[in-house]
Amino acid sequence: MDLVLLVTLGVFAPLLGAAIVGLSGRRLGDLVSKSITTGLLFFSCAVAWIVFSQWTWGGLEAFTVELFPFINVGDFQSVWSIRIDALSAVMLVVVTSVSSLVHLYSWGYMAEDPDKPRFFAYLSLFTFAMLALVTAADFMQLFFGWEGVGLASYLLIGFWYKKSTASAAAIKAFVVNRVGDFGFALGILTVFWMFGTIQFAELFPMIAARAGTGWDFLGHTWSALDLAGALLFVGAMGKSAQFFLHTWLPDAMEGPTPVSALIHAATMVTAGVYMVCLLSPIYEYAPVASAIIALTGAVTALFAATVGLAQNDIKRVIAYSTCSQLGYMFFAAGVGAYQAAMFHLFTHAFFKALLFLGAGSVIHGMHHEQDMRKMGGLWKLLPVTYAVMTIGTIAITGLGIPGVGGLAGFYSKDSIIESAFASFTNGHSAMGLFAFFVGILAAGLTAYYSWRLVFMTFHNKPVWKDAHHDDHAHDDHASHAHLETHDEPLADDGHAHDDHAHHGPLKPHESPLVMLVPLLLLSVGAIAAGFVFAPWFIGDHEHGFWRGAIFVAEANHVLHDSHAVPTWVKWSPLILTLIGTFAAFWLYVLKEGMARRMADRGGVVHAFLYNKWYFDELYEFVFVKGARAVGDLFWKVGDVKIIDGGGPNGMAWLSRKFAGGLSRFQSGYVYFYAFVMLLGLAGFLAFAIYAWGA
Amino acid sequence: MPQIPYILSVVTFLPLVGAGLILLARLFNKAGADGAARWIALLTTVVTLAVSAVLVATFDPSSAAYQFVERYVWFVGAQYHMGVDGISILFVLLTAFLMPICILASWNTIRDRVVDYMIAFLVLETLVIGVFTSLDLFLFYIFFEGTLVPMFIIIGVWGGANRIYASYKFFLYTLLGSVLMLLAMLWMAAETGTTSIPALKEYAFSAEAQPLLWLAFFASFAVKMPMWPVHTWLPDAHVQAPTAGSVILAGILLKLGGYGFLLFNLPMFPQASQMFAPLVFTLSVIAIVYTSLVAFRQTDMKKLIAYSSVAHMGFVTMGIFAGNDQGVQGAVFQMLSHGLISGALFLCVGVVYDRMHTREIALYGGLTARMPWFAAIFMLFTMANVGLPGTSGFIGEILTMVGIYEVSTWTALFAASGVIFSAVYALTLYRNVMFGEITNPAMKAITDVDRRELLIFAPLIIGTLWLGVQPGLVLDYTAASVEALTTAYRAAIGG
Repeated sequence: MDLVLLVTLGVFAPLLGAAIVGLSGRRLGDLVSKSITTGLLFFSCAVAWIVFSQWTWGGLEAFTVELFPFINVGDFQSVWSIRIDALSAVMLVVVTSVSSLVHLYSWGYMAEDPDKPRFFAYLSLFTFAMLALVTAADFMQLFFGWEGVGLASYLLIGFWYKKSTASAAAIKAFVVNRVGDFGFALGILTVFWMFGTIQFAELFPMIAARAGTGWDFLGHTWSALDLAGALLFVGAMGKSAQFFLHTWLPDAMEGPTPVSALIHAATMVTAGVYMVCLLSPIYEYAPVASAIIALTGAVTALFAATVGLAQNDIKRVIAYSTCSQLGYMFFAAGVGAYQAAMFHLFTHAFFKALLFLGAGSVIHGMHHEQDMRKMGGLWKLLPVTYAVMTIGTIAITGLGIPGVGGLAGFYSKDSIIESAFASFTNGHSAMGLFAFFVGILAAGLTAYYSWRLVFMTFHNKPVWKDAHHDDHAHDDHASHAHLETHDEPLADDGHAHDDHAHHGPLKPHESPLVMLVPLLLLSVGAIAAGFVFAPWFIGDHEHGFWRGAIFVAEANHVLHDSHAVPTWVKWSPLILTLIGTFAAFWLYVLKEGMARRMADRGGVVHAFLYNKWYFDELYEFVFVKGARAVGDLFWKVGDVKIIDGGGPNGMAWLSRKFAGGLSRFQSGYVYFYAFVMLLGLAGFLAFAIYAWGA
Repeated sequence: MPQIPYILSVVTFLPLVGAGLILLARLFNKAGADGAARWIALLTTVVTLAVSAVLVATFDPSSAAYQFVERYVWFVGAQYHMGVDGISILFVLLTAFLMPICILASWNTIRDRVVDYMIAFLVLETLVIGVFTSLDLFLFYIFFEGTLVPMFIIIGVWGGANRIYASYKFFLYTLLGSVLMLLAMLWMAAETGTTSIPALKEYAFSAEAQPLLWLAFFASFAVKMPMWPVHTWLPDAHVQAPTAGSVILAGILLKLGGYGFLLFNLPMFPQASQMFAPLVFTLSVIAIVYTSLVAFRQTDMKKLIAYSSVAHMGFVTMGIFAGNDQGVQGAVFQMLSHGLISGALFLCVGVVYDRMHTREIALYGGLTARMPWFAAIFMLFTMANVGLPGTSGFIGEILTMVGIYEVSTWTALFAASGVIFSAVYALTLYRNVMFGEITNPAMKAITDVDRRELLIFAPLIIGTLWLGVQPGLVLDYTAASVEALTTAYRAAIGG
């Protein structure tokens, strides 16, 4: 079959599935709904792998399918298209692979949910929006996909709509993303008026000539490309949950766990990284914007890792881990190593989806318990989950021996850290050294919280066995943790979701095959994605693989120099990782219970980390309460007192004074109006007669 | 495509003929008059829609000239002068499109004085279409001011408990504007010796006269839009109006203001437009930010949506006075799209109001569980209201922002912040009404939308999504006329 047609069908297949199941899912029934959406997703996945392998090994050339015009006003021209190049080929594979596995996994995970057709329709809708995003050939379609995935994310976070925390988290996600989109939209407008086009193919060749010129914005002259780059990056900060705009991501864990794996780990949140890499032609000439990206990424990587140290909800730990890993990707892109950023995006998708789905398997097996303090000792009961979670943890901690090899994360994360160092030594980025130190420090923290998760969940004493008297202690603790909405038992959501209705003693169980198969397949990715693809993404074949999809300026040797960093740089992430691993092992296995006692004793540092640096409280106070207060002020004082009081009510008072009572005026006003209008007509007529002398 | 002779007169006065038929029917059969009135009204509006579809299909969008022109000397120099260009023709279509929906929406809910109600709507349709087709000052004035009479009656007779106060406010603001506009029109006719709008567009008004004339028209149209700070009549009018009244008010009557700016202020007084543009931009961004925050705090569904209309009209005024292709195209698109979206949102409120007889947000909650189809429809229009790409709401917002960026980046900055605020109030409303558990026992038996309601929503859903994906359907029609307008504007202000 013609590849163009195949790609088109592949992109639209998830939309078709979403439309069919969304409109008539209840009539079709659960099985048909699941089968249609999952089947079409596997078709898309097959197409994606055909494109990717054709690209990598078959010498496929970049091409764009133009479907039909979108917006067309003057130079502001957008076309619905499917752009295929190295970047979109990578993203197609990531998105469709994870999505199809998540669809399949959800057969098991959502088995007891009464609303399955809606769930699968949303998942497929998300996938379509994501595919539209990654195949966009201009800013408008990019923005369409960008907000489309935001919509799907909103719908899926709030999927269990009866739960108040879920719908609150959904709104938070949408609104915080909108804050990002506010910057993104201004960035697009800036690019448009600067270059007179929003088409990537027309835009990119024009950028170099613009380097160093100025641009007036808000009454100030800025460095043109830095301004455009920085504004666009605000959008990426929202979508990818970077520092300041990260607060929605942990709350997004209110959504069903397969959603967290697909949207809030592997695909949607990486859209910001993808966008920065796609716009490398801009960022290569925007040193200030790039420095902002590197700084923001590094700060996020460290911040999120510190918060991850102290969380007890299994999904929140992984959420902060995602946030932190996204920070790595951004500072890689910020120091000029876009290839490393994309490579980490690629490997991260596999091991993070694996960790999330593994956590889902634990939650499923624990009958919807998400608090790790109530777990422990699960390795015997959930052996497969334990094995794949361990693989995922080794992969994310980047364990591997320099010069020999390791799992997926080792290749991509070390490449990022080495690139940061190289960008310092060759003077390419002002943020290089900072990013490097943050990178190795965060690697140590990553090892600590990732292994902590495994130890608390699978090792140690099985806390759930004597749940009743431990529950008590937990409640005491929960009263401090006023923000931990998860401490509310999920069974209380009034949803038929809680299938097992556990009245008797809790019996954790391994998940069904339909959930384990996706886990095993993702494990293959987590093991092999690094050493198989490293040569193509960041190694010797890098140039031939990207073929211009990532633009690297002549002066940028960061990736090249990253292969030649000193030996201590290459070994330092491993050393920090081992320290972190050992610390977790010591605190949670050797001295079991000690960490718990330390946490219970509290302390300023623990409270600060546990409460996520108090961002939510700050934002609640400034923005939520602020908006309410200002809204009330405008309404009750502005509209009611000043405008109405001075305007119509004041007039009424006047008319009462002069016309002798409001009632007479009111009853007659229609006629009065008609009278005034007639007067007008008469005046017109009189004038007309006068003017033309009839 | 068949050519219909005198098509503009036909499309304008057809509803009036329908109103006459309803009267006749009552004369002959008093008992069945209500049923007859409903069916005649529906049939008339559908035929009018069909005729306007023929009008659009036979229109040549590549020309900026007025088409289907009818021009007769009426009496003493005043002329019966009609014609449509690429902008006004779409407003005719929008009006004809929304009217059958209004009739259907009132099918079961209006039980009192049905004959009068239907006649009021048909008369209103003739008057509104007349505004968009007339090309003579005199004729325009009759239609423009005439629209208020049936609207008053609709609110005043079939409205809610506090309808008198609402009508009074509505009346007071409108009166102020009309008087000034009338004076300006008289002066213009005296000055130029013509009442032909196309001729007045060619006339170069002196730099001294322009600001005053501009302000006079502005006073009238700003109230109609409505712009901040003359917007407070709108929430009250909406709250009191019956559902179909709100649909027409938000969907069409508000657009008369924007249409007036495009017909008078921008082409006839370009220097004044440029001079006052900063004022318009300021009022527009205040409308966007201020009323969005006010909307966020509303406890009445209709008031919330009314305030959100004011915010959305801020994008329109901003786009028009940006004076470039993107701005004006975006403004026209935004008006048409808002006609569909706000109409649909008021219909959504109508659906739950008909069942529960309250618009108090706090009394709702958890409806999704009982009303899955309604939940989907309401979600779609909520998202369209927040300007999600893929819906028509996005196109107007982004194009007006593109337009304004060239003229004023500060305005663009504040307008762009509107995308955050709209998400806040719209999603909060949706959450409070649709999500959560059903706590109000009265809601436990609420039923989902029925076939009639689905039939009403279907064209709005299709329109919103179709225009969101293929805005060219509208933009291709408006392109030539808008380009002529902006080219003339730029030439006049020497830009």
